[in-house]
Amino acid sequence: MNNRIKNAFASKQNLLNVYFTAGYPRLPDTLPLAKALVEAGADILEIGMPFSDPLADGPVIQRSSSAALANGMNLPVLFEQLRELRAVVPETPVLLMGYLNPVLQFGVEAFLRQAAAVGVDGLILPDLPLDEYEERYHPLFQQYGLKAVFLVTPQTSEARIRRLDALSDAFLYLVSGPGTTGGTTLPDAEAQQQYFERIAALNLKNPRLIGFGIADKMGFDRACEHAEGAIIGSALIRALQDAEDAPATAARFVRGIKSPVARSV
Amino acid sequence: MTPSSYQQPTARGYYGEFGGAFIPEMLYPNVEELRTSYLDILADPDFQLDLQHLLRDYVGRPTPLFEARRLSERYGARIFLKREDLCHTGAHKINNTVGQILLAQRLGKKRIIAETGAGQHGVATATVCALVGLPCVVYMGATDIERQSPNVARMRLLGAEVRAVTSGSQTLKDATNEAIRDWIANPVDTHYIIGSVVGPHPYPDLVARLQAVISAEMRAQLLEKTGSELPHFVVACVGGGSNAAGAFYHFLDEPSVRLIAVEAAGHGIASGHSAATSVLGTPGIIHGSRTLLMQDEHGQITEPYSLSAGLDYPGIGPLHAHLGASGRAEFIAITDEEALQAVSELSRLEGIIPALETAHALAALGQLGAGCDDVVVVNLSGRGDKDLETYLKNLDKLV
Repeated sequence: MNNRIKNAFASKQNLLNVYFTAGYPRLPDTLPLAKALVEAGADILEIGMPFSDPLADGPVIQRSSSAALANGMNLPVLFEQLRELRAVVPETPVLLMGYLNPVLQFGVEAFLRQAAAVGVDGLILPDLPLDEYEERYHPLFQQYGLKAVFLVTPQTSEARIRRLDALSDAFLYLVSGPGTTGGTTLPDAEAQQQYFERIAALNLKNPRLIGFGIADKMGFDRACEHAEGAIIGSALIRALQDAEDAPATAARFVRGIKSPVARSV
Repeated sequence: MTPSSYQQPTARGYYGEFGGAFIPEMLYPNVEELRTSYLDILADPDFQLDLQHLLRDYVGRPTPLFEARRLSERYGARIFLKREDLCHTGAHKINNTVGQILLAQRLGKKRIIAETGAGQHGVATATVCALVGLPCVVYMGATDIERQSPNVARMRLLGAEVRAVTSGSQTLKDATNEAIRDWIANPVDTHYIIGSVVGPHPYPDLVARLQAVISAEMRAQLLEKTGSELPHFVVACVGGGSNAAGAFYHFLDEPSVRLIAVEAAGHGIASGHSAATSVLGTPGIIHGSRTLLMQDEHGQITEPYSLSAGLDYPGIGPLHAHLGASGRAEFIAITDEEALQAVSELSRLEGIIPALETAHALAALGQLGAGCDDVVVVNLSGRGDKDLETYLKNLDKLV
């Protein structure tokens, strides 16, 4: 089958993966945002499935998640919205990111089936334990052609990184430093440098994207020195908070990150 | 089922189908460090020596097992009260924090975080941090800070920093979320002292083992007072379930002992304002554990209600979920009003003012169907000082 994730990494450099919360700022914004982000140069889309208790997220995504839930977003509504996904963004890899409980209540297999049916490429479920994934869900993911993306942190041991690398065939999500998403404290630059170099030296089979705390062009460019690209989420959500026209604001945001030279449109 | 299976979870922390460790990768190294070391540390003779010393000379253990004669007369059974309310800081919570602070020291941790609802666990954590000289940050919902101001003052007096949590519903669930986020941001030097038998494995087992001193003492005291180590009933209230876990622990594998877990029905189970998770909850994941929790059809966690800030948690510990599912424990739900009546009853019959949480366990006495020769132990988990303001506001319901 068409492997959009592999194609993206094979054909592009310095990939920009953009996270946004489904159903935010308004319920029907999901697809118009996806379209605007891709047209402005986003290389991968990560659509957040809002959850009441997002443990790995900072205040910005906590707020966008509660707002999306208050707008009426839930998994049946999301899959209904995503029916037109591939008509709107034909080739861009799309990931769904969220927490396990809503997926469990929806039914894991039903969730995977619907995600595959609307053209989703992969999933980021940070609280799905690796053992559980390996034993119970890996075959199901494969059956539906969905890729699992795993997080790696500065504290993750080499043995565990190798296991994560072996179990994934998408990319590894390198968490830039300690903290939840949207962190504003600057990590120790030297420690971070060593961490990225340590990962690079492992010669992993999967490409890497760096995320958490990357908010602007400078942060993006710096991350690209150490990995195939980077992930931006909270900074975009912040820009959308008071946006009159969310898609136009999102497009402006992405153009600001990707320099004119690197832009593909 | 093998005799030990109720007490001990599997290697991955499962009690039946409940438990496990559903945590983001950022928490994995910390939780893994704890998982691989807690049993060895708990078994270490030096650790046990320190723990026993503190439990005796600092906490004030063993706590008495008091035969409540007027209460017994009222209910027509032989009722004993396990006086956890006489522990230092006024509740059973310190049994756990004393153990975990010694554990944190052995893990080389330099900073302690905790969550608190009613403030009892926050006070118990701030207390042991002062005792060993470690900095302490307690997360507490902004709503709870307002309704539990004496405990906030206690924590501050003890040198802890109380951080107001303004996310979500601003109560215990959100305070727990924020404590977990703090741990994510401080992955190396910080130990998280969870206050109940909840959270990712190994916390439910760790906290249950540290609270098990309650039922270990009960057995010895019952033998002395009744001629048998085994009562007919053990009754305890359940929010997350740490005092119940401690009171049940050494009776779990004694099938003749009926274990009664009492939840908060709030305004009533069907009222839409309740915290009776065993009835209203369905399986799902909360704070890293697969257990019963209160949630909507889409898996969003909902807010429980109870007048008592210590019982309004939307989940229960995985051990209790398993005890309920397997039929080993019986669950009873008690409304705010019934609990308030029990406060009044114990105060006037025995001269003991119980905590509002504990009063839920006492209010279940009339529903046990115990006979006059039956021995009933109620775990008197905490004293009512912290609830005086609530009691004064509800004086009409107390009489």
